[in-house]
Amino acid sequence: MSRRFVSAAAAALVAAVLSFPARADQAGKAPSRTAAWSVPHTPWGDPDLQGVWNDATSTPLARPGGLSDKPVLTDEEAAEFQRDLAYNLTRDRRDGGPQVDVNRAYNEHWMDARRLTITSDHRTSLIVDPPDGHIPALVPLSPERQRARAARADAAARFAAGLPDSHEELSLPVRCLIRTDSPPYLPTIYNNDFQIFQSPGYVAIAPEMIHSARIIPLNGRPHIGPTLHQWLGDSRGRWDGTTLVVETKNFRTDEGVIFQDADPATFRITERFTRVDARTIRYEFTVEDPHTWTRPWTAMIPWTRIDPDEQMYEYACHEDNYDIVHLLQGARIREKNGETVPKRNRER
Amino acid sequence: MRRRFRRVLIPVGSAAAAALVWLVVATGAAGQAPPAGRFPPYKAPRLAGHADLNGVWQAFVTANWNIQDHEAQSGPHPEIMGAYGADPPGQSVVEGGEIPYQPWALAKRKENFEKRMMVDVTDDKRWHDLGDPELKCYMPGVPRATYMPFPFQIVQGSGDYVLIAYEFTSTTRIIRMNWKADAPADSWMGWSRGRWDGDTLVVDVTDLREQTWFDRAGDFHSDALHVVERYTPVSPYHMIYEATIEDPKVFTRPWKISFPLYRRMEQNAQLLEFKCVPFTEELLFGRLRKQPK
Repeated sequence: MSRRFVSAAAAALVAAVLSFPARADQAGKAPSRTAAWSVPHTPWGDPDLQGVWNDATSTPLARPGGLSDKPVLTDEEAAEFQRDLAYNLTRDRRDGGPQVDVNRAYNEHWMDARRLTITSDHRTSLIVDPPDGHIPALVPLSPERQRARAARADAAARFAAGLPDSHEELSLPVRCLIRTDSPPYLPTIYNNDFQIFQSPGYVAIAPEMIHSARIIPLNGRPHIGPTLHQWLGDSRGRWDGTTLVVETKNFRTDEGVIFQDADPATFRITERFTRVDARTIRYEFTVEDPHTWTRPWTAMIPWTRIDPDEQMYEYACHEDNYDIVHLLQGARIREKNGETVPKRNRER
Repeated sequence: MRRRFRRVLIPVGSAAAAALVWLVVATGAAGQAPPAGRFPPYKAPRLAGHADLNGVWQAFVTANWNIQDHEAQSGPHPEIMGAYGADPPGQSVVEGGEIPYQPWALAKRKENFEKRMMVDVTDDKRWHDLGDPELKCYMPGVPRATYMPFPFQIVQGSGDYVLIAYEFTSTTRIIRMNWKADAPADSWMGWSRGRWDGDTLVVDVTDLREQTWFDRAGDFHSDALHVVERYTPVSPYHMIYEATIEDPKVFTRPWKISFPLYRRMEQNAQLLEFKCVPFTEELLFGRLRKQPK
């Protein structure tokens, strides 16, 4: 497996990372159980998931081309796969000239170093079903959704050209509306931490970005009314053995709010959290949407316990969002200078 | 004339007497309601050896408008907002009634109030100079988050951490129990270290961003703010919240606020989302919108 072998996939990955929320990759691990270890329980008898966990990995969500029939790598292959992915993700590279260098935007110290490591089980994709590791084929979109997507693509092109018309054309993460706090949870370039809190009848999951928590009742109460919609949806949980199963609905209906642009009206997500050893939660999610994908699909990402050595800190975003002003001020100046969106962007 | 009056009065008096008897019987049977603000001795249920404070709670004070005494008043833009925009009246939650400001700080408070709805984000260095942070949907800090007109939820388990999640801007804070380490940086919700004093959860809050306010009236603090909160359960449905506020740069002495917190008792009580960023974008960034030619 040469560097070239994964470069196309890596380029797509880098693009995904740059276009936050980077649906990058994560280390999946199906750790071997030690004979001595069993799932700990809280004083009130629930499986104990409390702690600070990190889900960073370089393993891509979808399997890179050329590896379709290779779900798991040998140790030797894995070492090279990891090396290649890390090389392509590194921001302190100096190849490509000054412009590319500037476009890499951040110095390496911003990044979560754990994101340069593949999952310890040496999988080639976070997607475990379908077995080929790819996101299932898309179904044809309705005309309304096609129009909405085209409008968003136009807005994205204006953004890419530094010419957004207004704050409404910026992505939800840039607007500090939602980042990694909306399910499913996928690894990204930084702030891959999640803290889980539990009390009798509840599990609360607080992702580091953006300072919100999903508070999940476990007592079987019904979902909120069907006319109530939320950016993070409305979650209900239950225990299946030692696995926390969470189902979430009532997502907002804005186009593009839902994962991978699925249709909020028909999107369903089920997440499963299982402690598999003292330092690891196996996080799995299954998504389905007959208006978007030809079949449901499932990904699995290991979460590694990092506290007490590492802590989660407040992530303020909107409070100091200077960037949004700079982007819009820049756009208005470019306009004045007669700059327009390049045709190639418009055609994209 | 007199006789006729008497005739009317007798039945009225009888009804009043009957009502009084009913009242005494009713309250006597249920146990007398204690005087306002007083609670009979109470021992909270236990969770992992401590008082169990889990639940959805809410303050029912108008301190978010003004933590000191305030009359009802017209809000901004009464010509379009009418009674919707008006401020409710309320009594001070400050012990002794008034905040012990240093003399210079009163002028600053007045200026804050006058400019509470002004916003200018065109200069990074002056980004936080104007306007009430609440108006801009910024995290409200402590203690303000506690008495905003939104519920909050305590998630207390068996670990070293307690989560408080607030409905307003869906913010959270982590209370680290018996924690030694200092804050790595200032933050909007501060650095909260907790301990138990009997049934009372005591939270020491430091390293708060200096830009948070106490209320819409412009009450403010500096980067030297230090808050010590006390959450004391006094019934299955109530806690007393107290916060001691210290800031030698702005006040002449530490001062204290207190008020009850009420457990939300709806069977379906839960925090909903109040992600208010979209409600502020036009205010903050609307002037940078592309203008039609």
